[in-house]
Amino acid sequence: MPLFSLLQDSRVKAWLLLSPTILYLTVFIAYPIVDSFRIAFVKNGSLSFDAVDFLLYSPLSEFWSALKYTFLLAILVIPTETLLALTAVILLFKRFRGRDAVIYVLVMPLALSDLAAGLIWYSMLTGKGFLNKLLLNLGLISEPIIFFGYENRWLTFLAVYLAEVWRSTAIVFVILFAGAQLINREVFEAAEVFGASFYVKLRHILIPMIKPSLQAALLIRTLFAFQVFAVVWILAGRDIPVLAGEAYYSIVELHKYDVAALYAIVIALLSASIGLIYIRVFRETLLR
Amino acid sequence: MGDIARYAFLAVLVSWILVPLGISIVYAFTPLDVYYSDAILSTTFTLDHVRTLWVLGAGEAFLRSVAVGAMTVGISFLLGLPGGYALARYVFPGRDAVKLAIIATRMFPIIVISVSLLKTFFALGLNDTLVGLALAHTAMALPFVVIITGSIFGGIPRELEEAGMIFGLSSFMVFLRITLPLAAPGLAAAGMFTFLLSWNEVFMASVLTLVNRTLPAFILNSAFATPIEPIRFAAAFMLILPALVFMFLARRYLVTMWAMAAR
Repeated sequence: MPLFSLLQDSRVKAWLLLSPTILYLTVFIAYPIVDSFRIAFVKNGSLSFDAVDFLLYSPLSEFWSALKYTFLLAILVIPTETLLALTAVILLFKRFRGRDAVIYVLVMPLALSDLAAGLIWYSMLTGKGFLNKLLLNLGLISEPIIFFGYENRWLTFLAVYLAEVWRSTAIVFVILFAGAQLINREVFEAAEVFGASFYVKLRHILIPMIKPSLQAALLIRTLFAFQVFAVVWILAGRDIPVLAGEAYYSIVELHKYDVAALYAIVIALLSASIGLIYIRVFRETLLR
Repeated sequence: MGDIARYAFLAVLVSWILVPLGISIVYAFTPLDVYYSDAILSTTFTLDHVRTLWVLGAGEAFLRSVAVGAMTVGISFLLGLPGGYALARYVFPGRDAVKLAIIATRMFPIIVISVSLLKTFFALGLNDTLVGLALAHTAMALPFVVIITGSIFGGIPRELEEAGMIFGLSSFMVFLRITLPLAAPGLAAAGMFTFLLSWNEVFMASVLTLVNRTLPAFILNSAFATPIEPIRFAAAFMLILPALVFMFLARRYLVTMWAMAAR
């Protein structure tokens, strides 16, 4: 039976098993991305730049500040997180009682929604929040610090920064920690025995040894930076515009799908450029 | 660096994570008069805010989120598990290209596909339905499921499957009787992780659901509109609770799975 023997062929089997995934991803990811171009640039069957005009010139559009704040947030948050995560990895090299519990806690924010992270930091920083009550009770301030509202934009930005660092240091930590598991502990223990300083351990041992994980963490974290949404939306609304937030606003408030599609394209292009670098650098690792 | 400095720094890091989390939970159960006073922490607690939230519709939203998460896990495993197995067990021309293409689709956040899906769903009458949202979440979860199940199946010795073959089991029965039971714990962890992907997703949920809002959409739109702040913290608590439970259940797989999921 030719059909039966065809099905026995492992090549045919593999493609058959993969076909549902390939089909689904084509329909639900590849097509929508292409379709976004049509939604953004085609109106009544002909080419239209209405969406681009809106994005660039409408007083309702916050495109440039969205681009600015998305990048500003990334530029400030990512180095902070990397430093924190690297430090945590070094301090967790040695085994000690409670080490697993510490790792568990450090990874915890990864399981939480960015929406929850925004609300959690709201409970810390709002007028009746923890920080203000603490400082008032200690007599360090006489009036609560108002973090939120358009006039306090930079304090709001600080709140978003704190919440983002709180939420997403975990992702950098997890990648670096997983990478550090693979390196030779003895080198590190030897350095400890010879009394190497924290800086020496960081600069001359850990960083060179986990360079691939570090690159991966930075690229992945940058990818995530382009989709920052709920934390900013909860804490700042449109006082601090970001790309994904503007896409959301275009859909939900303005009902301008062409503009939202344009934002989708911008985010897709930014993601694709970082993604391509990532896949090029890590081709071998990813295929393992 | 001495041990004391090490523990001190780790203690600071751990508090940095736990204090905000704990505060938001405590405030979710703090009576209003205490919350609006100058007291930092309350000594009495109340379920009022959770109850108010329930009346506002959080209960139904919670159940809808559970349904969407379950459907997402179901569909993405149904479609993705065979693919993961194929990547783990077969060598075939084009394997590398397929694997990289699947990884590449993960680079695109769900925002990128949301506008087009929204329009298509309008045309098909799938807007504001839980199935529609689950289909969208599956697009996000499927590449993860293929890659992670591929790595789980890859960790199971081929020899065990070959032994099954020798004893006369068909390749499907080998998968069912030998491979699947061995992979079960890892797959369960992957399933919980997939559920959380859907559970925590805010953007698509808020754009796609209007009347049938899931929990994140409900919180972003209704719960956050209330001026009573502890109600918002109660909403955050509802969102956090399943995540913490799943994390505890899957704690053995925490670092490996998350490192994998991040790629």
